[in-house]
Formats: sequence, C-alpha cells, structure tokens
Amino acid sequence: MRAKVYVTLKPGVLDPAGKAIERALHALGFEEAHDVRLGKYIELHVDGDATQAAGRLDDMCRKLLANGVIEDYRFEVGD
Amino acid sequence: MRWGVVTFPGSLDDSDALLALEALGEPAVSLWHKDRSLQGVDCVVLPGGFSYGDYLRAGALARFSPVMESVVRFAADGGLVFGICNGFQVLCESGLLPGALIRNRGLSFICAPVHCRVEETDTPFTRAYGQADVLTLPIKHGEGCYVADPATLQALEDDRQVLLRYVDAAGRATEAANPNGSLRNIAGITNAARNVFGLMPHPEHACEALCGGVDGAGFFRSVRSTLTDGLPTRTASVPPGL
Repeated sequence: MRAKVYVTLKPGVLDPAGKAIERALHALGFEEAHDVRLGKYIELHVDGDATQAAGRLDDMCRKLLANGVIEDYRFEVGD
Repeated sequence: MRWGVVTFPGSLDDSDALLALEALGEPAVSLWHKDRSLQGVDCVVLPGGFSYGDYLRAGALARFSPVMESVVRFAADGGLVFGICNGFQVLCESGLLPGALIRNRGLSFICAPVHCRVEETDTPFTRAYGQADVLTLPIKHGEGCYVADPATLQALEDDRQVLLRYVDAAGRATEAANPNGSLRNIAGITNAARNVFGLMPHPEHACEALCGGVDGAGFFRSVRSTLTDGLPTRTASVPPGL
C-alpha cells in the first residue's frame, strides 16, 4: 500500500522557519499569508492490507517518524 | 574508573571529548555505535556532532543504534550518562531526558561563547561547582532551543532538575542572554534519578586554558568525585511557592 505521512509541529511550539517563510511571502507581496507552519511529508510503501498498514503506520509514527513531545502526525493509506 | 565516549556516524566532538578527558588525567576509551558492549566503563559520554546527519530530527536515528540499547540499560541501572549537544538531543529522543530540542529561535547556527549559571550543586555532574557559579562555555548548534510542555517544565523546576541556565555576565537569566530561545533559559537538565545529564554547551571545549578557558572541567571532575567518593548528598527540595 502507498502511504503518505504528514508530521506537523504541535500548536504552540515555536516555528522560526515557518515565521521566516511567512516574512518572505509578505516581502513578495503575499500579505494575505498568515500562520505559516513548516512540517514534513513522508511517502512510503507498506506491505499488507489497508487495515494492517494503518496499524503499523501508527506504530511507525509513534516510535520514529514523529516526536510526540513537539509534533503531531496523520497519515493516509491507499493509492 | 574509566570513561567511554561513543562515536556515531556523524559524531564530531568524540575525539575532543577524549582529548579533554586525557588533559584532565581521566582514562577513557572509545565506544563504537555498532558495538553493544560498553567495555565496563563507569560513565558514558554522548558527544556533539551530527549523528546520522541529523536526518529526520537531530538525535532521532542514533537512539536505534546497538550501543544506545546498552546505554539505555546502563542508565536504567543507575550508570552515569553525560550527553553534550547532539548527545543531549539523543538523550531527549531516547526518552532518557524529558523535552526536546528544536531549531534555534533566530534560525541561525550559533557558534559563540555564552554564560551559564550552575543551578544545582548536589548532583553527580555539578558537585565541583559553587551554587550560582557563572561559567563561560562555547555553544555551537542550530537546534538547541529546549522545549517541553508546561507540566514537564514545572516538574523539572520543582524537582530541581535544571542544572544549567543561560545568563548574562552578571548571572541574570534574561531574554537577551538566551541565545536560542530555550524555555526558561534552560541549557542543561538531569533526569529524576539524577544519573543522566544533557547540556547544549560544550564543556569538553573548555578544559584547557590554551583553548579559551577551563570552566567546563568541573563537570568531568564532578563525575570523578562521584565515582570515587559516592553520590553527593541530596539537599532537600524547596517546596514550590517558597
């Protein structure tokens, strides 16, 4: 199964990179852009059916792909 | 007694840590990330650098190396573990220390001497210092901003686990003296059992006068005293609110 994992900073965690991107957008004239948060997007292939894959992906996120102290995650399974 | 300094792929300051220990007259061996044996050492140093290229998150991949399985067990048995910079990040990612280290507030990698205040002196890592001593130590990191949720921060304060804070030359923990945005100016913490210590500044780069100062030597001397004389007597925590 193809899977897509999105890792984002928890609300409230300082995101200086997101802030810098926001400033750059404003400098380019995109003043309507706000609250920029920079996250990670991970693509992978997982063996097994969708239900098995979802369980395993959750495990992967908790043990490695996201750091629960500072990050949230969500994923999509399927093509 | 003897020290072990771990080398991960991407470690940079492992040899400097070994040199600093040698300068202090401390016997030390190198530990390889693929080895499970800690060679019977009494204190493990996790050095600075960019283990596994800082891929995914700083310190995230090093925790799965064979040597770290042994380090986690060693720490659980009360062994002394001393993480510097990337070593601190590895300890947080491993769950041996609470919280996390994220990108510096100003985004820039910072390489500069900073002032740090010693907050507690009844620990195996800081007993050679005086209370509120102000040290000059170098920092060199891009991801040194210490964060933790409010409950964790409060628990760290109540249990006196914050061992080092960024301060100005007069010893005041001001916003301006905070180089990276760390919450409560935290530069170094210990775990509840007080046998694991992580800090972002580099004491191993401050052990010889020729290299700009010797303020970092006390951390290593503290461990030496602990292993020679036993654990320091822990003074009672001041109840919160006093």
